[in-house]
Amino acid sequence: MMLDSSRFPTSDPLLKVENLVVEYAVGGKTIHAVSGVSLEIARGETLGLVGESGCGKSTLGRAVLQLRSAVSGKVRFDGEELTAMHGERLRRMRRRVQLIFQDPIASLNPRRKIGDIIAEPLVIAGYKDAKKRHELVCEVLSAVGLDPTLVMGRLPHEFSGGQCQRICIARALVLNPEFIICDEPVSSLDVSIRAQILNLLEEMKARFALTLLFIAHDLAVVKAVSDRVAVMYLGRLCEVGPSEQLFARPAHPYTALLIEAIPVPDPDVRPAESVPAGEPPSPIAPPSGCRFRTRCPRADQQCASEVPELRQVAPGQYVACHHPLT
Amino acid sequence: MSGPALLSVEGVAVDLPTARGNLRAVDGVDLTVGAGRTLGIVGESGCGKTMLSRAILQLLPKKAKLIGRVLFDGQDLVRCSPEALRKLRARSLAVVFQDPMTSLNPVLTIGTQLIETLREHLELDALQAKKRSVELLAAVGIPAPEQRLTQYPHQLSGGMRQRVAIAIALSCEPKLLIADEPTTALDVTIQAQILDLLAREQRRRHMAMILITHDLGVVAGRTDEVAVMYAGRVVERAPTHALFKNMRMPYTEALLSAIPKLDAAPHTPLPAISGRPPDPTRPIKGCSFSPRCRYAAGPCHRDKPQLTGAETPDHQYACFHPILIAAGVTA
Repeated sequence: MMLDSSRFPTSDPLLKVENLVVEYAVGGKTIHAVSGVSLEIARGETLGLVGESGCGKSTLGRAVLQLRSAVSGKVRFDGEELTAMHGERLRRMRRRVQLIFQDPIASLNPRRKIGDIIAEPLVIAGYKDAKKRHELVCEVLSAVGLDPTLVMGRLPHEFSGGQCQRICIARALVLNPEFIICDEPVSSLDVSIRAQILNLLEEMKARFALTLLFIAHDLAVVKAVSDRVAVMYLGRLCEVGPSEQLFARPAHPYTALLIEAIPVPDPDVRPAESVPAGEPPSPIAPPSGCRFRTRCPRADQQCASEVPELRQVAPGQYVACHHPLT
Repeated sequence: MSGPALLSVEGVAVDLPTARGNLRAVDGVDLTVGAGRTLGIVGESGCGKTMLSRAILQLLPKKAKLIGRVLFDGQDLVRCSPEALRKLRARSLAVVFQDPMTSLNPVLTIGTQLIETLREHLELDALQAKKRSVELLAAVGIPAPEQRLTQYPHQLSGGMRQRVAIAIALSCEPKLLIADEPTTALDVTIQAQILDLLAREQRRRHMAMILITHDLGVVAGRTDEVAVMYAGRVVERAPTHALFKNMRMPYTEALLSAIPKLDAAPHTPLPAISGRPPDPTRPIKGCSFSPRCRYAAGPCHRDKPQLTGAETPDHQYACFHPILIAAGVTA
């Protein structure tokens, strides 16, 4: 699926992913995790990336950071090609891109003090002055709503999940990055804590002038923070568009299915009974043509034989479907 | 509540001894569930909802101390002999846990686990049990059920495993099914399918169900009544419709408004609940929610509010400063 950049109206892309393909070999078989994904993220934008488990959204996030090597395709960050970078240059570039993970407790070393955990990126980046490091750590801890004097000398197990996620956010911010990949940052948190962390991310985004790739499976959460949303299914993009437009008028049957499946906290809204049965097929042998066709109520012969290309259906809204809803 | 209660939980409290002192996981809960009805129990992690379900099932950790009575179908489960309990749990009291991988035995095939249950509890012979297993797997929406019997849990997806766990739970036609976060580990489309499946089987079998979840969205369309738990206590309970239309307890309201709304514009700040739930080993004087409550004043920090009746029938809340009923709503 080739795309020329003019088809995306983002003016000044900070990140540009072109036709990225990532595959894993597992037990002699090939898992087609990401199969030709192209997308752009403008400076200061939040792009939400949604899809079910196993759709390749986390792999895509890791491939952007070069934590997974791509089979083919390019990743450009601020005009420079990350896919061609190695060694020291790549390490330098990575300081500008940070990652926040789903499980905040597991992503903190249980034997290290919070102050050391947050200072670690500074040490790696070559900040020699311990006093300066201490200053930066205090600053970033206060920014995420933790009291540095109470927190720095303690160990991760002394904190709740929500507080650990604040610590992870502080660690991601300490090098003053431009771009943060948030991989399911709130899915392991309780409802009341989730709202706090989402608000914090929004606040930090404004304060540190960040650009975000926000990966999640919960559409309502993604909508709350994203300017644009990309929907992924089995390694391919189904639909990309401005959040509100995509939710108001989904063009891909899969997007519509995801929206319909969200439980609405209103007893007058009867849960939709129309969710088709079935589960995503295996990424080892994805279906021919459109990969969603095995679960799609609109699928026909064409869907089995031709891979649908992303095309524009409304301003800024692109869909990869032979029979779009709008 | 119409009709006699199938399950009635009376003054149940659960104490767990920990290194940091006594942890009161459940703190005096009263609940009833009528035959064929669905009760939703909503609360965040650590609010005691899972310990309450374990108290009902008599599956508490060995060190736990249980106070109170659990009356199920006329029997007090707390006083039942282990043998009688085993029979009850097999025949009329079933459970589905959050993580189907941990509730299925990884080294036994699906068929062995299902057939074993059926032969043991329904005294079927091998052939009958196999036939019944295939029927059950088909009923819970598993394609090619006969082939699945020879598969192991790891060969199935999370959604399929949960369907198998439901099939095993339903196998002996229970009167009450306790579903403890049955869809939390699953994707949203699979969650909808599993909740539909539970609702369908419940109607068909006229089975009562307790649906435990942290998501008010899940209980809204799928329960008759809801009990909201906070720090080991029920803080509000009402028929589902009344609860959503007329919330009185500030915690319930805060829990609902913290859910991102699909119709809100992107970047709308969420009304988050500040702070976090109290440490259950350090009981709070007064209302446990008071440190996080924006309405808290005077008595909230001194006395524990008890569940009291609201203006509408069957609606109770534990709060000194309940949210006022919106104008135009008649009590």
